[in-house]
Amino acid sequence: MSAQQTVKFYQTGTFTVGNRLLAPEERSVQANMQRTNSINSGHRACQGCGEALGARYAIDAAMNATKRQLIAANATGCLEVFSTPYPETSWQIPWIHSLFGNTAAVGTGIAAAIKVKRQKGELREDVRVVAQGGDGGTTDIGFGCLSGMFERNDDVLYICYDNGGYMNTGVQRSSATPPAARTATTMPVGPEPGNPFGQGKFVPAIAMAHEIPYVATATVADLRDLEAKVTKAMGIRGARYIHILVPCPLGWGTASHDTIRMARLAKETGIFPVFEAEHGEIKSALAIRRQLPVEDYLRPQKRYAHLFGKKPAVDTIARIQAIADKNIRRYGLLENQH
Amino acid sequence: MDKPFAITLNPGSSLANHTGSWRTARPVYLDRLPPCNNQCPAGEDIQGWLFDAESGGYEAAWRHLTRDNPFAAIMGRVCYHSCESACNRGKIDEAVGINSVERFLGDEAIKRGWKFAAPARESGKKVLIVGAGPSGMSAAYHLRRMGHAVTVMDAGPYMGGMMRFGIPKYRLPREVLDAEMQRIVDMGVTVRLNSKVDNILEQMKSGGAGGSFDAAFLAVGAHIGKRAMIPSGDAARIVDAISVLRSMEGEDKPLLGRRVVVYGGGNTAVDVARTVKRMGAEPIIVYRRTRDKAPAHDFEIEEALQEGVMVKWLSTIKQAGDKEITIEKMALDDKGFPQPTGEFETLEADSVVLALGQDVDLGLLNGVPGLEVTKDGVVKVGTDLMTGHPGIFAGGDMVPAERNVTVAVGHGKKAARNIDAWLRGETYAPPPKHEVAQFEKLNPWYYADAPKTVRPMLDIIRRQSTFDEVQGGLDESNALFEARRCLSCGNCFECDNCYGVCPDNAVIKLGPGKRFQFNYDYCKGCGVCVAECPCGAIRMEAEEI
Repeated sequence: MSAQQTVKFYQTGTFTVGNRLLAPEERSVQANMQRTNSINSGHRACQGCGEALGARYAIDAAMNATKRQLIAANATGCLEVFSTPYPETSWQIPWIHSLFGNTAAVGTGIAAAIKVKRQKGELREDVRVVAQGGDGGTTDIGFGCLSGMFERNDDVLYICYDNGGYMNTGVQRSSATPPAARTATTMPVGPEPGNPFGQGKFVPAIAMAHEIPYVATATVADLRDLEAKVTKAMGIRGARYIHILVPCPLGWGTASHDTIRMARLAKETGIFPVFEAEHGEIKSALAIRRQLPVEDYLRPQKRYAHLFGKKPAVDTIARIQAIADKNIRRYGLLENQH
Repeated sequence: MDKPFAITLNPGSSLANHTGSWRTARPVYLDRLPPCNNQCPAGEDIQGWLFDAESGGYEAAWRHLTRDNPFAAIMGRVCYHSCESACNRGKIDEAVGINSVERFLGDEAIKRGWKFAAPARESGKKVLIVGAGPSGMSAAYHLRRMGHAVTVMDAGPYMGGMMRFGIPKYRLPREVLDAEMQRIVDMGVTVRLNSKVDNILEQMKSGGAGGSFDAAFLAVGAHIGKRAMIPSGDAARIVDAISVLRSMEGEDKPLLGRRVVVYGGGNTAVDVARTVKRMGAEPIIVYRRTRDKAPAHDFEIEEALQEGVMVKWLSTIKQAGDKEITIEKMALDDKGFPQPTGEFETLEADSVVLALGQDVDLGLLNGVPGLEVTKDGVVKVGTDLMTGHPGIFAGGDMVPAERNVTVAVGHGKKAARNIDAWLRGETYAPPPKHEVAQFEKLNPWYYADAPKTVRPMLDIIRRQSTFDEVQGGLDESNALFEARRCLSCGNCFECDNCYGVCPDNAVIKLGPGKRFQFNYDYCKGCGVCVAECPCGAIRMEAEEI
């Protein structure tokens, strides 16, 4: 899916956050001076945190789409830790901290409560629910609750902010950590240094297997695409899942100013496919604009430094390239390029 | 406050937590100098007026443009647009068609009758300008805007100088030239045509009504065609290029015959060849070096070749006779200089036009104390364009500089600023230049792919037989498209990227036209805004720790 812009051509096309030449209704939520700023300044995220950015992008868009009638449940993890150290919070929306593993279930509960209150006439507004967490709280610890929420088709949008590990506890491996990446628990030692190949899971594909109404992936490098997907999701009833790639300067070992660039490289190399699916079927994919080899994505990250020593690990890099190539084939990432 | 069980503190906002204290470097907004502006000999704020044009504010764009250069329609036709060679967009796809947008704005101004405002207040000072060419009329415009009383004197019968007597109609239609000249006269500039100045000091003293002139700007151009010693028979017809071009403006068109040899490789040579082609003759350019060494612009040579102009590269004229000339083949030596080969060839020729450059008529400067002339026969000036004689300034083709219309127009502006300061007993100090916005400072990812809009060209038959303008203009929709291809190098164009990409919500959007501000209470100094600014208008600066 391409960005939601009807004007054929402008100075920077669809790629910047805003554009003074566009009609106000065609501008992004983030360009708006009255955006919610759902997660406000003063949070304790690291410099250049992709997750803080992704969360503001997504929740501001959801707030906009629901006319600010939104409740969020939040799993334990970076996002909760850095935003809400007792007794402060950065959240400017109704927000509840769940346990690490039960956010999807808490979301289900809130949605059920709203349903009952509306049936009884105690609540006039159509309040919607978002449950959100990191990849640890989603793909590992909260996976059972998430799958339950999906199969019951509960009216919750679940957003996973994927930074590929347990970052605030010291960068441990999760089931979303990519192959060959160094973490505190997958050290670059032995014959296959870093996280082993052939492990882990890609939850968007599992969500699709539940045949829920809407599944999408996005990155913080393509704001308009991300906003369009959240807006679309909020227009649908039932279980929805959006998986957002959020680079982590701390865990990935990248410069704080490179956060968006890394997300862009993940998409342009095919490492992270950006697509959307309805009822288990792929509907569209965001085409690669200028294809790059995976090496361009790996090299700036210290978690892959062991691949670029005195003797580059050519074989390992080729295996990662093969993963990207498979994504490109599977999701048609080189089709409909603009 | 009545707190629930086990709660001891009141809830608070994270705004209490000033994360700005984490910062070791801070982002700072700045304006860098776009390479086009840096390149422009007339000092135009190209990025600035394109910014206005992008939103369809054509009058605002034209007014912005004419702060520096009053001749948008002329420039849009005859300027060699070195700005486009410097344009950063050239490294992405193709340079922005700055020149074509400039022409669109200039034509729009003529069509809509936009005028310059008369100065708000008169200074009471009188300035004499000698020469109504690009330099003189540019100076007249700027001096008049500053409130000075300006009189322009010119030896010729029309305004425009070399723009009329050196540039053929097919490149610059006369109604365009007249319109942009008249607009300056309408500001209250006095122009006296057919008035040759023989002695500048006397002319300044005589002053006309209201006493003598307080300062003078000389811009008489270079109108004397250089001659070369060519052994020739009595019947050989040898004329100079400038006379040919000048006579095109009068009733008596030059009589050159059918076969016309043009000697030289500069723009004037090409202009003459293309002019005589249109009069039905068969021009041959003879030039002693190769095409890539010729001083004429390559696109002009290309257009001439398309129109059927013949060229003999690596050739010099040895002898000119009644109906034919003898040329000698040349060969370039190791240093790239042409050397004779002893091989000769005969060409049919009814006349020979010499286009070997021009000299300045310095007659009006005789006896001016302090004034110096270089060995090349041009007037020495300081960086302020003042000659050795206080109060007499000079510019355009008569001072040492590259000779083209845009440089001349730039001299007019520069001289005006210096004359204005001098009249107040001050020295003009130009504001310090910003650092240039190099391509490396941009984030080109954000610019959508968009190829350049090509201007229509007149069909070849009409180019060979008429003086209709060769290059067409853009219409509004494609001029707007072209303006919007500008990358806005080094200058914020309010794309909201910094406001959007800050993970800490530490960029304050001030509203349309007001740009942005950093909230240093919360900015952690990650630098994402700098990396993702498309146009390089933010810089990281180390914090003092």
